[in-house]
Amino acid sequence: MNEPVIKGCAYLLAHAPDFVRYGSKPEREIEKNSALLDDINRHLRSFEEAVTYPPNQVFIGNLNPDELNDIPDPWYKNPVKQLLREGKYGEIMPEVEFYGVLKIADEFDLVWLDEGFIPRIREKLAQHPLFNEKDLQKLDKGHSPEAIKRKIDNEVSAPLYYGSTVIGCFNRHHDEDVTLFATVLMENLIGKASGALVVRHLLHKTKLAPEKVGYLLSCSEEAVGDRYNRGGGNLAKAIGEMCGCSNATGSDVKAFCSAPIYALVHAASLVKSGVFDNVVVVGGGCLPKLGMKYQGHLSHEMPIIEDVLGGIAFLVGKDDGINPVIRLDSVGFHSIGTSSSQQAIMESLVLKPLQKIGLKLSDVDKYATEMHNPEVTLPQGSGNVPLNNYRMIAALAVLQKEIAKKDIDAFVRQYGMPGFAPTQGHIPAAVPYLGHAIDAMKTGKMKNAMFLAKGSLFLGRMSHLSDGMSFLLEKNHAAKN
Amino acid sequence: MFENKKIIVFGERDGVPGPVIVELLQSIGADIVYSVTECFV
Repeated sequence: MNEPVIKGCAYLLAHAPDFVRYGSKPEREIEKNSALLDDINRHLRSFEEAVTYPPNQVFIGNLNPDELNDIPDPWYKNPVKQLLREGKYGEIMPEVEFYGVLKIADEFDLVWLDEGFIPRIREKLAQHPLFNEKDLQKLDKGHSPEAIKRKIDNEVSAPLYYGSTVIGCFNRHHDEDVTLFATVLMENLIGKASGALVVRHLLHKTKLAPEKVGYLLSCSEEAVGDRYNRGGGNLAKAIGEMCGCSNATGSDVKAFCSAPIYALVHAASLVKSGVFDNVVVVGGGCLPKLGMKYQGHLSHEMPIIEDVLGGIAFLVGKDDGINPVIRLDSVGFHSIGTSSSQQAIMESLVLKPLQKIGLKLSDVDKYATEMHNPEVTLPQGSGNVPLNNYRMIAALAVLQKEIAKKDIDAFVRQYGMPGFAPTQGHIPAAVPYLGHAIDAMKTGKMKNAMFLAKGSLFLGRMSHLSDGMSFLLEKNHAAKN
Repeated sequence: MFENKKIIVFGERDGVPGPVIVELLQSIGADIVYSVTECFV
């Protein structure tokens, strides 16, 4: 059987504190009260603080999620001792370098960087294993501070900052089309740049030649397009182009925050059907969600920890007898006719698919739900998302008489884990745990794990429907461990 | 208590979504004038 397996994964965090001001919530509030900007800037983290933040170390694979249970909260006051920007699954990139990646991703002269800032970027990126001289040539010579100022003053370009210094600007590409205005294009290009960077990590880690990729699926959150086709899309191909995937085509999957699960199921289906042998699923970072909960962080006198852009990438391929299998017969989904109550959603995503393949809830070793870091959400009163989901799954186990009501907390501890992903919408959608699960299955520590995510499609005001999808990842039965 | 009362419903994705509240209140005679569900993550 040609069972689809996940051959590798990569994760990226791009530290982008000076883009927090362009996050949707901060930008709107700064517009109303310009004094707020100083307050926000005073609460931004240094790169060192972002790197040593325990949840970020879990995200790139240097810590296991369960290890967060042993680190006292608040985690931002209990950093890890080593400054490790590289992890088993990817890296945390500093802002200077990310400005370079943004410029390298820019095909339309959208990003103007100060000629004095370019050498600093070039020096750093020249040491990066995923960037070559051809990439560095795209940095060009940059522009004078006077030219950049003129762009900002006269052509509504958006200033780009490094700390308090303007180091460039982001230009619009049409004077009437709002979909090509500066901050919209900034959002889109950030999705492309971070998506391409994480795919480069994926190809490097899996040792797959870019030319061997057949299809790319982007589950990013942007809406690339123009005035006649907002959200027209295919960021996937733009990302593939930047990664040298010259023989591939691609498309985007849109399903709000659950899009990564949909994309992985699509990818697995394309492989199983034999249409493509190697399919890459990629999600780039989401600019609007930077600083989304900043108000809660300021009110609790804590740093703004939504200062990182996320990136996720997965390689789905044919059965290699080693890597874990996506069981397509286990796919769970929230159907159009299903109620939007939490119980109905969880039954659709967890109970029904398990029953379909003859498993009980306690037959699954770990559940990965939306892995939002609670330290981001709790100060703003948005709850502990993973914990609430785990309690719902445990409640289903009670209803199925698999556990007693008194055992709910123990069930949550055994089958769940603390949230550790940045609140970047699609990024926390269960898949941050894939790397850890793949490793645990390959070393014989785990036999299976279920991945489920919900999507808020009602936010687009086209329907009141809820959404969600799930699948079971299973150890490869041909594997020796 | 809710019969013939005009009700505005705010639901929350990870709590109780709007359509569930609407269904419940309509079953006891409430008049739902507006319903929306929000997501806070």
